[in-house]
Amino acid sequence: MSAVIESHNHDDHHHGPAKGLTRWLYTTNHKDIGSLYLWFSFAMFLIGGAMAMVIRAELFQPGMQIVEPEFYNQMLTLHGLIMVFGAVMPAFVGLANWLVPMMVGAPDMALPRMNNLSFWILPFAFFILLSSLFMEGGAPNFGWTFYAPLSTTYAPPSVTFFIFAVHIMGASSIMGSINVIVTIMNMRAPGMTLMKMPLFVWSWLITAYLLIAVMPVLAGAVTMMLMDIHFGTSFFNAAGGGDPVLFQHIFWFFGHPEVYIMILPAFGIASHIIETFSRKQLFGYASMVWAMASIAILSFVVWAHHMFTVGLPLAAELFFMWATMLIAVPTGVKVFNWVTTMFKGSITYETPMLFAIAFVVLFTIGGFSGLMLAITPADFQYHDTYFVVAHFHYVLVPGSIFSIMAAVYYWIPKWTGNMYDERLGKLHFWLSFIGVNVTFFPQHWIGLAGMPRRIPDYALQFADWNMISSVGAFLFGASQILFLFIVLKTVMGGKKATPEVWEGSRGLEWTVESPAPYHTFTTPPKVT
Amino acid sequence: MSYQKYYVPEESKFPIYIATALFLLVMGAAGTINDLGKPDSNSVYILYSGFAVFAVTLYFWFRAVIREHIAGLDSAQLQKSFVFGMGWFIFSEVMFFAAFFGALFYVRNFSVPWLGGDGEKGLANMLWEGFEASWPVMSTPDAGSAFVLADKNMSWPGWGNALKWLPMWNTIVLLSSSVTVHFAHLALKNDNKKSFNTWLGITVTLALIFVGLQAAEYYEAYAHYGLTLNSGIYGSTFFMLTGFHGFHVMMGGFMLAVMLSRSVFYNHFDPHNHFGFEAASWYWHFVDVVWVMLFLFVYIL
Repeated sequence: MSAVIESHNHDDHHHGPAKGLTRWLYTTNHKDIGSLYLWFSFAMFLIGGAMAMVIRAELFQPGMQIVEPEFYNQMLTLHGLIMVFGAVMPAFVGLANWLVPMMVGAPDMALPRMNNLSFWILPFAFFILLSSLFMEGGAPNFGWTFYAPLSTTYAPPSVTFFIFAVHIMGASSIMGSINVIVTIMNMRAPGMTLMKMPLFVWSWLITAYLLIAVMPVLAGAVTMMLMDIHFGTSFFNAAGGGDPVLFQHIFWFFGHPEVYIMILPAFGIASHIIETFSRKQLFGYASMVWAMASIAILSFVVWAHHMFTVGLPLAAELFFMWATMLIAVPTGVKVFNWVTTMFKGSITYETPMLFAIAFVVLFTIGGFSGLMLAITPADFQYHDTYFVVAHFHYVLVPGSIFSIMAAVYYWIPKWTGNMYDERLGKLHFWLSFIGVNVTFFPQHWIGLAGMPRRIPDYALQFADWNMISSVGAFLFGASQILFLFIVLKTVMGGKKATPEVWEGSRGLEWTVESPAPYHTFTTPPKVT
Repeated sequence: MSYQKYYVPEESKFPIYIATALFLLVMGAAGTINDLGKPDSNSVYILYSGFAVFAVTLYFWFRAVIREHIAGLDSAQLQKSFVFGMGWFIFSEVMFFAAFFGALFYVRNFSVPWLGGDGEKGLANMLWEGFEASWPVMSTPDAGSAFVLADKNMSWPGWGNALKWLPMWNTIVLLSSSVTVHFAHLALKNDNKKSFNTWLGITVTLALIFVGLQAAEYYEAYAHYGLTLNSGIYGSTFFMLTGFHGFHVMMGGFMLAVMLSRSVFYNHFDPHNHFGFEAASWYWHFVDVVWVMLFLFVYIL
């Protein structure tokens, strides 16, 4: 409560971080908050990952193996919710916190105290979500998409806590996004015009806009659920004139932009890394920006492709099929630009580049299976099978998560001042790469053969590929412990990093020393 | 261009208090709602304590920001951050209402006609044969077996009864308040603080009148119309849309009242320096626009 008093003596000397635990509770520093976000998301990644291990252990063999079906449902629900809202989104927000102010030449985020609030809501929200495991009737068990009436009429009592947890997560995301947008719009160094901004900044500007547009819609959806469950309304109850399908429309109006929220920052990251390690200027900067903007706009008019089998009018099925396929155009532009950037470049294969190349290849595979799913009549076959599971894990794991890992390897010398262990980094990459493909590639086949998702048991014909998939998952899961070790080792010490870190790296963040000083750009640099 | 330092506060305890308050608020709210009808539940005290911490912290947080501003710590650039921030916050509110208006659009144009047998998915009529679609839905598809049907609805009563119809008065009151808050803004820009206080006072009064009328309308609905949250999709959309709007009117009215007291008791604001008031007035205009949409799509059409 003493911000004014403190401010009198803070002007003329540079502060390092405060001491002790309260540094992290009270901090207004974008680097501190970025680190908090990143560590939090990594903890959630391990918790959600442990749940995935339970799922894969249960599916190791046909028949009921180690958990009850009820608990299996809770595991797959929490796995999805935690990975989406607890791991991937906070990791990208953490990267935005660390990088956006440095990349645009700002002293900090535009609204530093609100920035702290955005973060500290999250541990509370996920404490509530995880504590529902110990509540009467168990944790939410209706899948991360929480379709009504599974999530209303047939939900466990903990759904009320789930609803409110989603509410405050939404508040956190909205405040975080407002901060990012305001920082980008208002805090750029003189001379940094919009079309000179680094692509990661562009990708986050567009992502933040998507977040502010759709998180309130999610809040509306869960509020309607709350009212239906406890206060007698009939939004999702056809007996009263509502419609369960209405829930799906509202949810996916949020949900589809949400999946782009989880991939657009990855596009920005890949662009930076591929540019650096190809030792060429990125091919097609402007078209990259326009492609991201087009993808974001299209994301608002494709939501019902998740609902082809619920009984939509034919006109809707056709519209959403074509609109969805249209997204392949800007996405194709991006993949083309990345490949063209690498073309005739002097490429070296450091760990970030390995992850970035794997990102381009494997994300494209996920994109192609998305195109298959976009075809309405074909989707009637694929819907709710493991093909869908394979599709979205290909875009999320070797897509979003590989890009996050690439970003950590790429920028960690700037954050810590130390180089990571290249040999271990490469080992981590190859273990993850093999693990992820062994896990998810066979799921395409068992899905096409008809194995339904979200069921703890399956027909004998799927046994072999499920076992292989589980082995891959255990490998992938275990190799993330190595990642933790590498990060800790880098934080503790290692070869000192130069300010530039990578040969020919471009961008303002590489002009400051490594580790970046606690306060960067208290007076803005000139950008020409 | 000379550069003014961007003020970044060193450390702040406010955010962690607010985060804790939100935790208590939602734990208390969820516990209270889950324990409805259980007299020995004490979740409601968690809710109250959360609310208390929230309110107190918010008071001190805003006080600190105002003091920083008066001390001249915020540059023009920082003030621009507040302007952008408020704008995007209002955009998020727009999207929140969009979800409910979208639901209204969907039930009126798709789900209710389909349940009544019209349109491409009219097959749905086989669920409750004999249900006839109309808007407002006075008899639910299940003919009220799971719901308490309303006797009357809130729709447009025809020109003859327009002046006896509360929503019409609500509209007049709220639209006028948007004008009076604008007059207050003009008075402030002309450095006429007395006129500013008067017009802002009138606006706050109109906000109170609106909330009073809305309360009367809800009382009528529950006591005499039989229209409740539990009377099917019409009651659901009616109360959720007007209810959330009413809640926003209370928030906006409270913001304006705070601005009024800042002006009256502390002599804050001058012709070029009043974003606190301006933000509240933006919010007020936003609430007004939502009402116009409500008036059209919930009441008249």
